[in-house]
Amino acid sequence: MSVDEFSMSAEKRSHWLLSFWRSTVGKKVVMALTGAIGVGYVVAHMLGNLQVFEGAEKINAYAALLKSNLGLLWTARSILIAAVGLHIVAAYQLARTSQKSRPVGYKRWRSVGSDFASRTMRWTGPLLGLFIVYHLLHLTTGAVHPDFVEADVYQNVISGFRVWYVSVIYIVAMLMLALHLYHGAWSMFESLGVNHPKYNRLIRALATILTAIVVAGFIAIPAAVLLGFIS
Amino acid sequence: MHLTLNVWRQKNASVKGKLVRYEADDINPDMSFLEMLDVVNWQLIGKGEEPIAFEHDCREGICGSCGMMINGVAHGPRPATATCQLHMRHFKDGDTIYIEPWRSRAFPVLKDLVVDRSAFDRIIQAGGYISVSTGSAPEANSVLVTKQNSDLAMDAAACIGCGACVAACPNGSASLFTSAKISHLALLPQGQPEREGRVIKMVEAMDREGFGNCTMHRECEAVCPKAISVNFIARMNREYLRSLLKGEGLP
Repeated sequence: MSVDEFSMSAEKRSHWLLSFWRSTVGKKVVMALTGAIGVGYVVAHMLGNLQVFEGAEKINAYAALLKSNLGLLWTARSILIAAVGLHIVAAYQLARTSQKSRPVGYKRWRSVGSDFASRTMRWTGPLLGLFIVYHLLHLTTGAVHPDFVEADVYQNVISGFRVWYVSVIYIVAMLMLALHLYHGAWSMFESLGVNHPKYNRLIRALATILTAIVVAGFIAIPAAVLLGFIS
Repeated sequence: MHLTLNVWRQKNASVKGKLVRYEADDINPDMSFLEMLDVVNWQLIGKGEEPIAFEHDCREGICGSCGMMINGVAHGPRPATATCQLHMRHFKDGDTIYIEPWRSRAFPVLKDLVVDRSAFDRIIQAGGYISVSTGSAPEANSVLVTKQNSDLAMDAAACIGCGACVAACPNGSASLFTSAKISHLALLPQGQPEREGRVIKMVEAMDREGFGNCTMHRECEAVCPKAISVNFIARMNREYLRSLLKGEGLP
């Protein structure tokens, strides 16, 4: 029996899926995959939203189309809820591990490698979570929208964003999304081991461009309403 | 040169420590950082005080013993430089320097600036080895290694296990160390027999020691005295997934 076989049989090994989830590397893989679902979703959501510039008829028809097949709608929603849930649980557990790993901090600490976006992932994440709750209550259920009209997306967007502080909330939230995507959209490739000098710079550049496009697309709508371009 | 030092003093692992201020005189700019501490210690001994404890061995930048946070940066302000290779000419006369030990739950402070890095040894014990047959030495040219893999394995094997990656990481992660060790063995033919088991066992050992996870801050890469790239962390993740999907001894 080799040393390797001996140590393998001596340890009581848990199910591979369980040890995958328990390991920090495995949890980062979960964060990357669920994050990728999130990235795909925000891109689609942003593109869909831009139809507001084509008038009420167009975007309301698009909204009706999305809700026309309940089976598809709830399948998509279930995947998103599961992805966001796993992303949050993994992030929370990993953050706790990191916190516990340094019980005594430094009197002096200076950053030489990280950037603002990477250091604020742990704040932009929860804040975006809170924003999503507000956003669902505002434009999906209408619970916190004073002039909510069922199935009239265009009107709800216009009347919602005319309230200046609502627009400010949305714009600030999208700046949070910018920070979260700027770091997350490239670092998820590292978590998945997709890394090579051949394409590392390309991934970083594409992640930055994607972040800029998505956030600019989202912010354009409250900005256009506030500036009176659409009404 | 005259310097003001704020040095972490801690009698042993079980008591609380504090920063103590020292005025260091007659420092030659050509001294290394450790030689500067030697001078301060001679002055302390002369006054009948306890000298500052710090770890050191080769003083050539290859053993990984020395290591301390210098003004909040592991191994000080020079990139790819261990504390022993950092010279006082990189500081200005009259500077104030804060000197603290590595901070990690897995690296308990033993005394002053000395920490216990046995956690790294336990990660190595979990899988950082290869099995070799005893007997006569094999013919050196019978196993071929590509130039690229040979260079890359050497880049990873340059890790001296100093612990700066852990000390600098906002998450207290040992990913750069563990990934360097996993990578240099996975890149070479001699490392293949244990390849799948090694990555799982070493990652498990790393987690068991209570190190944090990698969120790609890239602080480790910036302070590593051997300039080991975070690309090896991605390689570790890739090795981990490969092992998970492939398993051991299966097609």
